[in-house]
Amino acid sequence: MSDTGIGARVQRKEDRRFLTGKANYTDDINLKNQTYGYFVRSPHAHATIEAIDTSKALKAPGVIAVLTGADLAADKLGGLICGWMIHSKDGSPMKVGPHPALAQGKVRYVGDHVAIVVAKTKAEAKAAAELVKVSYGELPAVVDTGAAQKSGAPQVHDVAPKNTVFSWELGNKAAVDDAFARARHVTKMKLLNNRLIPNAIEPRSAIGSYDAAGEHFTLYTTSQNPHVARLVISAFVGMAPENKLRVVAPDVGGGFGSKIFIYAEEVVCLWASKRIGGRPVKWTAERTESFQADAHGRDHVTEAEMAMDERGKILALRVNTIANMGAYLSTFASCVPTYLYATLLSGQYDVPAIHAQVDAVYTNTAPVDAYRGAGRPEATYVVERLVETAAREMKIDPAEFRRRNFITSFPHQTPVIMNYDAGDYHASLEKALALADYAGFPARKAAAAAKGKLRGIGFSTYIEACGIAPSAAIGSLGAGVGLWESAEVRVNPVGTVEVLTGSHAHGQGHETTFAQLVSDRLGISFDSVSVIHGDTDKVQFGMGTYGSRSGAVGMTAISKALDKIEAKAKKVAAAVMEASEADIEFKNGSFTVKGTDKKMAFGEVALAAYVAHKFPSSEIEPGLKESSFHDPSNFTFPAGCHICELEVDRETGATNIVNWVAVDDFGTIINPMIVEGQVHGGIAQGVGQALIEGCVYDSETGQLLTGSFMDYCMPRAHDFPSFKLGFTETKCPSNPLGVKGCGEAGAIAAPAAVMNALTGALGVRDVPMPASPHTVWKAMNGTRRAAE
Amino acid sequence: MPSITLRVNDQEVSADVESRTLLVEFLRDQLGLTGTHVGCDTSQCGACVVHLNGVAIKSCTAFAVACDGMQVMTIEGLTKNGSLHPMQEAFREHHGLQCGFCTPGIIMASVDIVRRHGKKLDEATIRNELEGNICRCTGYHNIVKAVQAGAAKM
Repeated sequence: MSDTGIGARVQRKEDRRFLTGKANYTDDINLKNQTYGYFVRSPHAHATIEAIDTSKALKAPGVIAVLTGADLAADKLGGLICGWMIHSKDGSPMKVGPHPALAQGKVRYVGDHVAIVVAKTKAEAKAAAELVKVSYGELPAVVDTGAAQKSGAPQVHDVAPKNTVFSWELGNKAAVDDAFARARHVTKMKLLNNRLIPNAIEPRSAIGSYDAAGEHFTLYTTSQNPHVARLVISAFVGMAPENKLRVVAPDVGGGFGSKIFIYAEEVVCLWASKRIGGRPVKWTAERTESFQADAHGRDHVTEAEMAMDERGKILALRVNTIANMGAYLSTFASCVPTYLYATLLSGQYDVPAIHAQVDAVYTNTAPVDAYRGAGRPEATYVVERLVETAAREMKIDPAEFRRRNFITSFPHQTPVIMNYDAGDYHASLEKALALADYAGFPARKAAAAAKGKLRGIGFSTYIEACGIAPSAAIGSLGAGVGLWESAEVRVNPVGTVEVLTGSHAHGQGHETTFAQLVSDRLGISFDSVSVIHGDTDKVQFGMGTYGSRSGAVGMTAISKALDKIEAKAKKVAAAVMEASEADIEFKNGSFTVKGTDKKMAFGEVALAAYVAHKFPSSEIEPGLKESSFHDPSNFTFPAGCHICELEVDRETGATNIVNWVAVDDFGTIINPMIVEGQVHGGIAQGVGQALIEGCVYDSETGQLLTGSFMDYCMPRAHDFPSFKLGFTETKCPSNPLGVKGCGEAGAIAAPAAVMNALTGALGVRDVPMPASPHTVWKAMNGTRRAAE
Repeated sequence: MPSITLRVNDQEVSADVESRTLLVEFLRDQLGLTGTHVGCDTSQCGACVVHLNGVAIKSCTAFAVACDGMQVMTIEGLTKNGSLHPMQEAFREHHGLQCGFCTPGIIMASVDIVRRHGKKLDEATIRNELEGNICRCTGYHNIVKAVQAGAAKM
């Protein structure tokens, strides 16, 4: 391995600009004659809009325009869309309520967009927004996930009776019923997957700019997938044809899913710029707006039961889930609790029969969509909490229970669509047990007890599916887009390389790892490779970054383009060295002629390709530039074992994680330093869900009670120990690099590991997430004393 | 409109500012020093930490006029003659950053931790002292390692 090639711990190319304050985030960009937008948002969870009086605001200092939903309707722009069609089990299509970028007639959650005030300065826009007088007719709100379908519940959208978006199922109900009838033990649980607010530290931001002369729009935006944003804003909103709309997602400060979606604000900024004659309109979210109007994550209410034989062999799994979609269907909301959730309910286990029923519901809360893990953390939570609880009930060691049920031969077809291609679940479990010193746990527990602490250990042997594909298959399941990725490799005449990728980095370090791949393959220096992404004028098309897809899909596209580069370069080298193409060998950056000492460096061949002196252009085209669109043949299936060990203070209910072991199988690892960082961050978000974070709406009024960092607890440095990481490796057979995906593993594995450890420490069956000190104290002392 | 004069990254700066202008707005919007970030409105996230007269403060919680006559150091001023500060270098070496948005604030806060606690920092001190900075990407693991290593080299 070279010190910058595949597998090397290479420091990141992108770091210098971030470390020196020279990065270029959307809010750092200021355009000539720029104006500022401020959104008037609904203070009510559910209300009719009776009238909007903008006259006072229009007279305020600096105000250029105040635009409402009526203006938007007058311009005949389309609403925001959900790009994945789910059909209910009765065959009917999901019920999609209208989602205009500015509310028309009704508001449906606190923070819903009502109007935009455009002014010369940010302060003037904000001050004038206070003067927009909106007369609301307040309506009762439906807030809680479990309450949405009850008779008499307020209706969020007329098109969706009982607030039901769809009632969907997957699996074989009869086979499950039959297996339960034969079971010797059944473990049944009601599990709540708490609602989370993503909170990337960079707030969302957009600058819309319209050039009247060219009838051309430019949007700078905090996006994980600028090309999809352009497609939606063009094809569905109808702002402009794609060739008249450029979308740029420059440096983006974290996403975790929340910056995948096409939101109202960026659409409105673009449109408002045209409305005011072309001056750019800039908007940057205040943190409270992020809390109110970024898409939230999770929010499932699940009743699940697992059937076992007398030895603890799992016979069947039955799952009923209600998933909260919020007030509108966000861009990919519908696929999260369906094809990204129920398809993973087999976990790492050989489960002969599974049936999942999922009802998605509207409520008067912010839209819910993919958040790090997206469906897979929810599935893992159900499976791993059931497995742990079943093992305890059957008095089987939880590690042994898992061993008895692991899938051991591949490929493995689960009863819920997925075909696992490779893995070794025993290997990751055993390695994790050793790293965690599982054998020494009873002694540590006794020592903790002597100090007045309750100590617990919990496992999560998770599986995830990354790099969602192939396009034809997901299309048949309702996806509105294909999920391939594009790459273009441009070799310059001096042999340096630019890679244009449809993936988008917002912390993942693609500028480094993608350059490692190119450096490794072409045998050229790491420094001579640049990676370009995030601009629809530079990269022709791409699907962006989410679902841990950029390694498996994005890098494979680059790899395929590199194959073409090598093939073309061999033709050029053969012509220049007057040899047969079949005799050209390429290794370590040099082209040689078999059996001779003839040799050309990669850069020499590149130059020869561009000067085109030594070959007939009728046979070989000049230049060296190739592209590829890669559509994978399957998902990748990263898996592993996380073990959490924690102590609970009997007096305060405070939980302290004392040890964390993560052993993951991500296939080939391009850069261990970056992969470890992804795991660390994922664990922190998963632990955050388990112990710290929770979005709370008032269940009567729908007011968001956790609307700032003062109210929504974010994980901080002192909430964690240092993590112990290990890796096992089974190569992914469906891509030439053997890579899987690593971005979401921690967030998927962690909540179940924490809650298995915590319930073990407390000796209780379940504690709701987030298990705050108060919640834990109540679990230890009963609700009566807690109320005192 | 009040007029203020202060030293920012060792350069004297004079400007007219509105009374309501925050120091972070002055730095970003009037001086173009966009390395200092705004991640919240409640002084919680720490993305806006700069040094005022050598002490770390949250620049979203100071009015620009209140800084008249003072010395401000931002992330842009930490790099001297093109060389990274040892704390910046340590963050790169230990992969203490991913998306980079919280990074300037965390580095400025970390340099101040060393000022107050010295170059030899244990893990618990670093974790507790980072109370005022939120990172969503790294899980803090590599940040802690970076601060420890950077401190030792300062």
